Amino acid sequence: MNQEALQRVPTTMRVVDAPRASDAVPRGVEIRGLTKEFAGGYIYRNFDLDLRDGEFVSIFGPNGCGKSTLINVISGLMPMDGGAVMFKGKPIAETKLSYVFQNYRDALFPWMRALGNIQYPLKLLGLDKKTRDRRVEALLAEFDIRIDLHRYPYELSGGQQQTISILRALITDPEILFLDEPFSALDYEMTLFMRERLQHVFMKRRNTMIFVSHDLEEAVQLADRVLLLTRPPTRVAEMVPVDLPWPRDAKSLSNAEFVAIKSHCLDVFSREVGRGP
Amino acid sequence: MRASADIGLKRLRGASWLGRVQPAVGPLLLLAIWWLAALTGLLNTRLIPGPGPTFATTWQALVHGTMSHDLARTLMRVLYAFAIAAGFGVPLGILIGANERVYRSVEFLIDFFRSTPSTALFPLFMLMFGLGEESKVGLAAFAAFLIIVFNVAYGVLNARKTRILAARSMGASRLRIFGDVIFLETLPQTFVGLRAGVSIALVVVVVAEMFIGGTDGMGHRIIEDQYSYNLKDMYGSLLVSGAVGYGLNYMFLLIERYFVHWAGR
Repeated sequence: MNQEALQRVPTTMRVVDAPRASDAVPRGVEIRGLTKEFAGGYIYRNFDLDLRDGEFVSIFGPNGCGKSTLINVISGLMPMDGGAVMFKGKPIAETKLSYVFQNYRDALFPWMRALGNIQYPLKLLGLDKKTRDRRVEALLAEFDIRIDLHRYPYELSGGQQQTISILRALITDPEILFLDEPFSALDYEMTLFMRERLQHVFMKRRNTMIFVSHDLEEAVQLADRVLLLTRPPTRVAEMVPVDLPWPRDAKSLSNAEFVAIKSHCLDVFSREVGRGP
Repeated sequence: MRASADIGLKRLRGASWLGRVQPAVGPLLLLAIWWLAALTGLLNTRLIPGPGPTFATTWQALVHGTMSHDLARTLMRVLYAFAIAAGFGVPLGILIGANERVYRSVEFLIDFFRSTPSTALFPLFMLMFGLGEESKVGLAAFAAFLIIVFNVAYGVLNARKTRILAARSMGASRLRIFGDVIFLETLPQTFVGLRAGVSIALVVVVVAEMFIGGTDGMGHRIIEDQYSYNLKDMYGSLLVSGAVGYGLNYMFLLIERYFVHWAGR
């Protein structure tokens, strides 16, 4: 499939149709009739969306189109004013999900060591210390992480702190991982490194990833499909498939097909921004 | 308050040799000027005795005299007042801060009494509690309580939303979030309140000892010294009171640095 993808001419990129409930693909996230009001206006009104189980979706769109709001609502961190979200046919509330925040400094617990932070979700599940230690050890081995976990978050670099956040999110083995601009506070070098690390996680776990980004390059590099949104009331502008082989290292960012997909996304984005609010 | 705390923290982290010596320069300079002024007759030593006689008298009073008794009495009152203030102030502050509507409805009240000079309430407390210990300790506790409540409530109200969201996204119950996140999140601000509270308690206790009938305490001693023109002892008592205030503040800084190691980082 990879070879095929490489040879495909970018202009033939398919546009995925509006989602239908009867899709034959194994059911992933189904959003039906999502409505969310914000400051007197609708940010989402009867919004439908289907995401496949085990795919990596990046969300990209104009400022204020509600990228973060979308994942906050899907994940249940924010109440919705109408509609329903299901995962594999059951309500999303019954799904194991984790969330990685943009601001790792505010999301980690500074009074706990890195180890305590990673273990905290297991503590909430009521697991004993022995099991928690074992789980963390397995996780570290799985991703070959070498960070001194006996340090406090503020003693670690930004990239290390966000790595701890991601590990904390992974420790419960979530079915869906939400990431809200997780690398936007990091410098470019660290961002490139963290993108590779996240791909590594995705290739091993193959859980559903929903990734909000304000960086188009990053959105395309990491995604199976890029979800492009319009201005509010927000609709799907286009769902762009990215059929590039994994892993996609920094070199693949200059690959012709990658560049073509990115510029197509940029066209759609510019068109949507140009439409005005 | 905040500024002196920051300087104190910097000193605790003090690195270089020069950095360690620098804080002593100011006090030594003041001492030298005092000494020179007394020596050259610039100072009327009947009004302001030189440092030598002052320190000698103070030492005598502390070791052989009654100053250590007065000091102990003052400290006891401060500690009682502080314990009462913290015991009521911290839980109440958490309760008030936990609900924004409650906070908004009592904010003015707390701010108003916090801004009222506590010493202006002497007559009221004397009417209510008489001339004994109760009114001295009570007034100091009241003043410290207001500062502690205000700071704790403010800290709870301003706990970082992201951290609470993070805990909630991991499935923490409201009670868990309160104990594991909000309480700890509030600790730095709580300590600001506790430190300010113990300082104000000392101030109010010393002034109360001067004006609410009593027979001991540093405030009582200072005013007695002034009446009987025992000036060396008076200056010594001033210095000792200052040292106590500084010491209490410093002690709280140390405790804070141990328990709230993440503050400001």
